[in-house]
Amino acid sequence: MARIVLNNIAHRYASSATAAGAADSYALKPLSHVWEDGGAYALLGPSGCGKTTLLNIISGLITPSQGQLLFDDTDVSHLPTEQRNIAQVFQFPVLYDTMTVAENLAFPLRNRRGSNKLGNADIKKRVDDALVMLGLEHLAHKKARSLTADDKQKISLGRGLVRTDVNAILFDEPLTVIDPHLKWQLRTRLKQIHREFGHTMIYVTHDQTEALTFADKVVVMLAGEVIQTGTPEELFRHPQHTFVGKFIGSPGMNILSCELAGDEAIVEGCRFALPTRYPALSGNIELGIRPEFIRLVDTGKGAPVIVTAIDDVGHHRIVRALLGRQLLDIVVAEGVAIPANPGVVFETGSIGIYQNARLVSASFAEKTT
Amino acid sequence: MKSWNNKAWFLVLPVLLLVAFSAIIPLMTVVNYSVQDSFGSNEFYWVGLEWFQEVLSSERFHNALMRNLLFSAIILLIEIPLGIAVALAMPRRGWGVSVCLVLMALPLLIPWNVVGTIWQVFARVDIGLLGYSLTQLGFDYNYTQDTLDAWITLIVMDVWHWTSLVVLLSYSGLVSIPPAYYQAARIDGASRWAVFRYIQLPKMRRVLVIAVLLRFMDSFMIYTEPFVVTGGGPGNATTFLSIDLVQMAIGQFDLGPAAAMSLIYFLIILLVSWVFYTVMTQQDADAESGRGHS
Amino acid sequence: MIRRAWIPVLYIVFLMLPLYWLLMMSFKTNQEILSTFSLWPREFTLQNYITILSDSSWYSGYINSMIYVVMNTVISLSVALPAAYAFSRYRFLGDKHLFFWLLTNRMAPPAVFVLPFFQLYSAFGLIDTHIAVALAHCLFNVPLAVWILEGFMSSVPREIDETAYIDGYSFPRFFTKIFTPLIAPGIGVAAFFCFMFSWVELLIARTLTVTDAKPISAIMTRTVSASGLDWGVLAAAGMLTVIPGALVIYFVRNHIAKGFALGRV
Repeated sequence: MARIVLNNIAHRYASSATAAGAADSYALKPLSHVWEDGGAYALLGPSGCGKTTLLNIISGLITPSQGQLLFDDTDVSHLPTEQRNIAQVFQFPVLYDTMTVAENLAFPLRNRRGSNKLGNADIKKRVDDALVMLGLEHLAHKKARSLTADDKQKISLGRGLVRTDVNAILFDEPLTVIDPHLKWQLRTRLKQIHREFGHTMIYVTHDQTEALTFADKVVVMLAGEVIQTGTPEELFRHPQHTFVGKFIGSPGMNILSCELAGDEAIVEGCRFALPTRYPALSGNIELGIRPEFIRLVDTGKGAPVIVTAIDDVGHHRIVRALLGRQLLDIVVAEGVAIPANPGVVFETGSIGIYQNARLVSASFAEKTT
Repeated sequence: MKSWNNKAWFLVLPVLLLVAFSAIIPLMTVVNYSVQDSFGSNEFYWVGLEWFQEVLSSERFHNALMRNLLFSAIILLIEIPLGIAVALAMPRRGWGVSVCLVLMALPLLIPWNVVGTIWQVFARVDIGLLGYSLTQLGFDYNYTQDTLDAWITLIVMDVWHWTSLVVLLSYSGLVSIPPAYYQAARIDGASRWAVFRYIQLPKMRRVLVIAVLLRFMDSFMIYTEPFVVTGGGPGNATTFLSIDLVQMAIGQFDLGPAAAMSLIYFLIILLVSWVFYTVMTQQDADAESGRGHS
Repeated sequence: MIRRAWIPVLYIVFLMLPLYWLLMMSFKTNQEILSTFSLWPREFTLQNYITILSDSSWYSGYINSMIYVVMNTVISLSVALPAAYAFSRYRFLGDKHLFFWLLTNRMAPPAVFVLPFFQLYSAFGLIDTHIAVALAHCLFNVPLAVWILEGFMSSVPREIDETAYIDGYSFPRFFTKIFTPLIAPGIGVAAFFCFMFSWVELLIARTLTVTDAKPISAIMTRTVSASGLDWGVLAAAGMLTVIPGALVIYFVRNHIAKGFALGRV
């Protein structure tokens, strides 16, 4: 197991580089990042944002156009995949059809040469251990091709687990082809394995629930760039980018275009108190507030809104309202009455101000005013 | 699930009528001849299975059959591995693909007698590049005189003519393998050989079954090319079943024995093809039954 | 991949050598062919081609071949399309046996059918007509076309049919307006193979024709034996029969691989 360090890594695909040559032809923009040993990370972002590229750079399937990759203190930038000792599980289960389940699991061990070569007894023991870990003992001697999709995906995972000294296990949207009710099971199993064995795991997904339930730390990517890294709590509390605000949370953060006036923001002619004073900022200025931190009050006590719809989603309701011409989602707990002529109050401490989609940090605001 | 609908028969009817006309009626004629003897043009006598007995016990038939089997076996042993090897080494993208496909498919689209002519000319000792070069290099090569030379010429010709079919089939099997398989193999540290043995070969099996079947059937039916190049000679050294059959039916007008031989010939092809097919798809069936109807 | 590039290169060289030799011979005079051995023509001549192209029997041989090949392709496809649809969409009495029986026709040695074909078509007075050859070639092309088309059709989701029927399409209108465009690549591939096998076959084509519908490749053999082996003319004739195939391949090159990928050839 190892600590993985990305040092100014960037990648552009050959064809796009010749076509455009511009900065936006990067599949992955220059990036430095440290994956701590034994961490469970999720790499979250919409399709085509460069998640898979980043994953393949770590496993060595892609050689980055620039930058350095370290496992602990060893530079592995130019090591071929098979020498990096990485396990990777792909979107669709990859199995060696003609082999049995046990043979599939033994395959990466049998491929070892030279000083790493393992005896048959060792191989058998590790395969048996992996089978137990995955709960697949009863399938050991079945032909792999006759299994269901989720069992196949478990075996793909198992081929990583047999290598007890694996540096990291990478998952590339591994639950895509799994039945919804089995997804939960498999994710729990992954969590267990992580807790028990402490492998470094990096889990690529575009599904926020998967990311937030699996990972200790979530790395959010957009258009070839990491826009925020943090615990699920941090992503929820302090989104650094309006995309993170909107992507995470259900419903996502309300993003309202506004004007700044010292320690107040003016949205649709209504004034909202801010936690600090902001300087005059150029560009597209927006106010972000999570639906959980808006309270509905009687008009006169808050900015007037018109309620357009109320969705009951079980333990709370989501009120859709219009503040001037801008839409607002408001979470209202069960049992709380919705006023006849409602107004809204934003919880001052939970407001974020975004300049061109990026958070303007409060400390920066204080220093410059 | 497909729905049960006997009206679908109306859609199949045109094919049925056409194939009945071009297959069943001629085949009935053959069956008819095979059990009769004729003196003169219009008098036929019932002879039962006599012709079949005669053909099956004749040395001429045995020899031709053995030649056919030997020829097909050699052809399969050379063309299948060679075709796979070429397909494996072919480029996967870029301009090279089109160049390879067009040039390789070319021999497949040349009329069969022209294939014969090309090789007849190419291998001739006096005016052919191959024959002349071999002679100049000191080989005693002459396909019109020497049995072995004639065989080698026919085999090389067939390899030239048909290996591309195996290449194209294998290639299409290879390009349909998702890239994740190769990536997983790299992750698992698989050797080049292991990738071939455990990924490429299993994924190509479906198309290889077809390649083997086609190459067996067509090499077993071969007529035009050897007829043009060697005419069945020297002696009877390259007289295959087809050549013998046409000679018997049209050359000597021995309709009875020719018809009996036709049927035996046809049955052998059906039988061997069926055996090939069953054996090579057995694994498939095993896996399917293991999975059940989930 | 680069390392092993020599394998296809070597293989293509092997394929091209005999063709190169034929091409070179076609530009030589018969006298040069017989007297000296050279890798390229010393006295370049187009006379061989002029001889062929100015002779009407050659010219008509080409037309004859084209006529029966195209007729065969059209007939094969038009009967195979509905049948392939039936096999890909419905279960019906005896469907599996019928499908297998169709395929066995592909396994029938042409030599077996030469004589009965001759008698059959004589009885109908069809000897030496294009339609006779076209019909006879259906023996192996119809099963092939059904097989290829069935593969392509099975990959089109059944829901498309159902939606169209619900939208009020009649079967013929659905088949021509919606379904046929969907499987156009499949029709192309099937047409390519029908063309190919009809074009390269000679035994049956030669047996069923005398003069009026004689195929180009048969005329070639005849002319050569009659003129006492003029190798230059023979080579030029050979080259001329290679060209149509080369053109067809060039135009369908991007679709071949896809057709093969279905494993239906």
